[in-house]
Amino acid sequence: MISQNCFRIVIPTLIVALMLQMWPLPQWLEYARPEWVVLAMLYWALAMPEKVGVTVAWVVGLFLDVSQGAIIGQHAVGLVIIVFVISTQYQRIRVFSLAQQALVVLLLLLIKQLLVLWVSGMVGQAPDIGLYFLPALTGAIVWPWVFIVLRDLRRRFTVSRSF
Amino acid sequence: MQPLFLQGPSLILRTILLVIVSIVIMVADHRWRALETVRGAIESYVVYPLRYTINLPSRLVDWGDESLSSHEELLEQNRKLQEQQLRAQVSLQKLSVLEKENDRLRKMLSAQPKVGEMVLVAEILAIDLDPYKQQVVLNKGHNKDVYIGQPIIDAWGVMGQVVHLGLYSSTALLISDPSHAIPVQVNRSGLRSTAFGTGNSQLLELRYIPHNADIEIGDVINTSGLGGRFPPNYPVGRIISIERPAGESFATILAEPVAHLDRSREVLLVWHKQPVNDVPSAALPVDDTKVEEKK
Repeated sequence: MISQNCFRIVIPTLIVALMLQMWPLPQWLEYARPEWVVLAMLYWALAMPEKVGVTVAWVVGLFLDVSQGAIIGQHAVGLVIIVFVISTQYQRIRVFSLAQQALVVLLLLLIKQLLVLWVSGMVGQAPDIGLYFLPALTGAIVWPWVFIVLRDLRRRFTVSRSF
Repeated sequence: MQPLFLQGPSLILRTILLVIVSIVIMVADHRWRALETVRGAIESYVVYPLRYTINLPSRLVDWGDESLSSHEELLEQNRKLQEQQLRAQVSLQKLSVLEKENDRLRKMLSAQPKVGEMVLVAEILAIDLDPYKQQVVLNKGHNKDVYIGQPIIDAWGVMGQVVHLGLYSSTALLISDPSHAIPVQVNRSGLRSTAFGTGNSQLLELRYIPHNADIEIGDVINTSGLGGRFPPNYPVGRIISIERPAGESFATILAEPVAHLDRSREVLLVWHKQPVNDVPSAALPVDDTKVEEKK
């Protein structure tokens, strides 16, 4: 049975992800911070594509933009595009092993970061490229844990029967 | 049973629509600054509560530090502060005489009198933003009449300006951000230039200065007040390197900001060039004479 009230677990996890995104870290660790909000969005889009789709991704992206002090729409457009990929391919990605999924996540995170970088470049604020894609790598590394934690949470709250 | 195909073509349609809308709002936000109210609303009602929560632990630590410090430590601190205060008072005595003299001379030349500046102390929240941008979040916002473009300084010099405004918080761009530029003047020679941020919080770059300009390592640069955004004569930085590459028309000049861009916790928001009654009651004048005038 699919609960009508599935957002009672989705919203808290997204809030926690947004807080992790802003949590103060030592400077050397800042550049490796995984994009928690994007990871959480990817999980929910994979687990409940019928509920968490591109529209939710867009709204979450706007919040992410404001919280990061970015141009409004910058992260939103990246999130919409990768969540779109998940929404069309979720049946395939779900049967992958965690390691294979992590590779897919790496690819999606790279696409998203590239889109954000592209917009920054167009407005003339392109950052140094050096460590720019490091968050995609750390994101892929933490994906299995994100996946397991969110899956257990989802099962405990039994928001969706599938997957 | 889940449907085999989710929403069919409408998914593609929605995606394309959302991408187009995103592009439009990105242009509106960046080109025309048309979305500052939307940003302010999200900032105030969604992001600020989260920021406040994140900042709580560090506030708790501060509070614990304060309330657990011993009697002796406090006495020691008090004595030091009083000593500092005394010294500041002594130098201020001379300053106030000089200021009066300056005012008189300005009047004699019928030049415009200096504008009174008002300041308000704000605290930098312990929040991480995009590590590739030099930004800080302050705990004062629209509720304290902070405005977009308002300069912020710390005890040592100019730090930056407010770029986004929420109800209870605001985001400031530091002078070291690559997209920031501040009109400056070399204190010793009066040479005017613009100091650009480099993305490194220890480095500013002065551009468009010819090889033969009167500038030396160690020169202090101040705000020139041109452009009207920053009040004049606040220290910005110190020149640390000058290169005059042959074949280039301009010298490469680097300066180090004097403000503690990555260390300060408390900053001052500055109101200038505004009628006194526009300034919020919480703001305090820089010197005491202005209080008398206001009353």
